[in-house]
Amino acid sequence: MTPTTQPAPSTGAFDEAALVARAQAGDQGAFTTLVDHYQRKIYRIGKNITQNNEDAEDVLQETFLKAYEHLGGFQGNSKFYTWIVRIAVNEALMKLRKRKGDRFVSLDEPIETGEEEVKREIAVWDDNPEQRYSREEMQRILDEAVDDLKPDFRTVFVLRDIEELSTEETAEGLGISVPAVKSRLLRARLALREKLTRQFKRKGEDVFANL
Amino acid sequence: MLTCKQFLQELNDYLDPNVDADMKRHLESHVTQCPNCFVIVDTTMKTLQVYKGVEPQTIPEDVKMRLWKALDRKMADRKQS
Repeated sequence: MTPTTQPAPSTGAFDEAALVARAQAGDQGAFTTLVDHYQRKIYRIGKNITQNNEDAEDVLQETFLKAYEHLGGFQGNSKFYTWIVRIAVNEALMKLRKRKGDRFVSLDEPIETGEEEVKREIAVWDDNPEQRYSREEMQRILDEAVDDLKPDFRTVFVLRDIEELSTEETAEGLGISVPAVKSRLLRARLALREKLTRQFKRKGEDVFANL
Repeated sequence: MLTCKQFLQELNDYLDPNVDADMKRHLESHVTQCPNCFVIVDTTMKTLQVYKGVEPQTIPEDVKMRLWKALDRKMADRKQS
């Protein structure tokens, strides 16, 4: 059976606050427009955090079902998007806990201070690595690098640098402090840079080998 | 001058377009004199660029359909209650 709930064709600019107000007043069409607008991002967050297609689908459904159920309680102090991101992150972390046990996913765990010296790979990259790989290959390389990060770091990176939430919104979304967001983001960015450097460094030229 | 370690701890600030000018200058003085950190800055910026350039993948049609069906049911329940 084809579901009757489907977004109406877009008729103009997307006004999140107005749509939320209409949805809160009972306009189901306004809510489906919000779902249609954000579903790909929520699915991506679910996929990035859980690294699993089925879990990502559950995260997608649960996020919008819960958002619909609790829409009346949404105060508008934060953006609607930040609010649903928080729901999605919670759902995704619950999925991870179920699958992997608690060992990886306490977001309040103290983070190592990084005192240990990591041997960094310092090499310049090819000018346009995007052109050396097909879109699919590039996607795979980027996904694998993110998947290798610990969930604490991965979650912060996904929200800050892929979904482009602010530091404060990320902290709010994850229920952690602003300094914790900053320190995890730094570690995540440096770890990814390291992983991608192994793929993208200019071949046959280690310009800093003797420094 | 900052050490490399001190500089790298402030790397987020250096990459933040809203960081204040004094801080930026302070960090800049290290990058201009340290080829290693210059490369780290450059490749970290490129790392962020490649991730920002990725469009969210399309959701498979069957996944989308199940989402709309689930919402259908939820909305019908709401109407009845």
